[in-house]
Amino acid sequence: MTQISLNGAAHSLTDGSTVADLVHTVTGRPINPDGRPADGGRLGVAVALNAGIVPRSLWAATPLSMNDDVEIVTAVQGG
Amino acid sequence: MTTTTTPVSDPLVIDGVPLGSRLIMGTGGAPSLDGLGAALVASGTELTTVAMRRYSTPTAGTAGAVNLFDLLLEKNIRVLPNTAGCFTAREAVMTAELAREALETDWVKLEVIADEHTLLPDAVELVDATEQLVNRGFKVFAYTNDDPVLALRLEQLGAAAVMPLGAPIGTGLGILNPHNIGLIVARASVPVVLDAGIGTASDAALAMELGCDAVLLATAVTRAQDPVRMAEAFKHAVIGGRLAARAGRIPKREHALASSAMEGRPDL
Repeated sequence: MTQISLNGAAHSLTDGSTVADLVHTVTGRPINPDGRPADGGRLGVAVALNAGIVPRSLWAATPLSMNDDVEIVTAVQGG
Repeated sequence: MTTTTTPVSDPLVIDGVPLGSRLIMGTGGAPSLDGLGAALVASGTELTTVAMRRYSTPTAGTAGAVNLFDLLLEKNIRVLPNTAGCFTAREAVMTAELAREALETDWVKLEVIADEHTLLPDAVELVDATEQLVNRGFKVFAYTNDDPVLALRLEQLGAAAVMPLGAPIGTGLGILNPHNIGLIVARASVPVVLDAGIGTASDAALAMELGCDAVLLATAVTRAQDPVRMAEAFKHAVIGGRLAARAGRIPKREHALASSAMEGRPDL
C-alpha cells in the first residue's frame, strides 16, 4: 500500500494508483483518460500534488508515491 | 415567472461577456442549497461567486442538486470563483489556478485579506496578486478598498473589473463613503462593481445611482429572514438605481420650487 496525505488526512492507496484513480475513489465518478468524468458531466474539482497543480489531462499519467501530499478542491458556498 | 427584466439593450459587459443582470450574487451564508437556489433564481443573477475548498463527499439522499457546482450548472448561472481566505498574493494565485482548473473559467474574484478581524483588503498583496494573475491570463475582478487611487492602479495593472467595498464584508453597513465610490466610478474605464457591506435594497440602489455598473452581495440575501423575497427586492433595486442613474436626477436645491404654476390661480 502507498500512504499519502489527502486533504490533510492519512489515506492508503493500492500501489501504482494514479491521480485519476484517486479522483475516481473520492468523487465516486469514473474518470476518462482525458480527465473528464465518464458520465459526460462536469466534475468541478482540481488536484494539487505536493503544492503543484496537476491538470486533468495528466491525471491518468500521474502516479502517486509514498508520502505524497494531495489536495482535491471544489467549489463551495462563498461570497 | 419573473415580473421585471433588465432591458436587453443595457447588459453589463465584462471581458466581452454580456450579462443580463447587474446583480452579482455570492453564495456564502445560505443554510441550505435548496434555499440558495431559490434565492439565486429570484435575484435574476447570471453570475455568482463560489469559494474553493477541500472536496468532501456530498451527503447521500439529498433531493435535487447535491453540490453547489451542479446547482449553478443546473440554473445556468456563470460561476465566479473567489480567493476568499487568502492572506498573501502567493496563496491567492494558487487558489485562482485551482479554480481555473476545477471550474474551467479564467475569471476570478481576487480577495486578499489583511486580517480576520476587519476582512479588509491588503493593498500591497492585492496589487502584487493582480499583476501576477493578469500575467497568467486571468480576468481579475479585484476586490478593493474604497480608495480611488488604488482602484485606478488595479485597472492600470489589467484588472477586468474593480470591486470597491461599501463597508467591511458582512457588516450590512451600506456605503460608508459614497464620495469615494463616485470618484472611483468617474475615473474608471473598466466596470465598477460595488462589493461588500450591502445591507438592504436601498444600499444597492444607491450604488447604482452613484454610477456603479453592478452590485455584488451575499449575506444581505442569504442571512435575511426571507432570502427569496430579499433577493427579489435587490433585483428591483439594482434595476431602479441603474435607471435613475441614466435618467439624470434633478439638482439638489436649498429652497422649495413649486411644481404647480401660480399663473391662472383663481382669486379665492
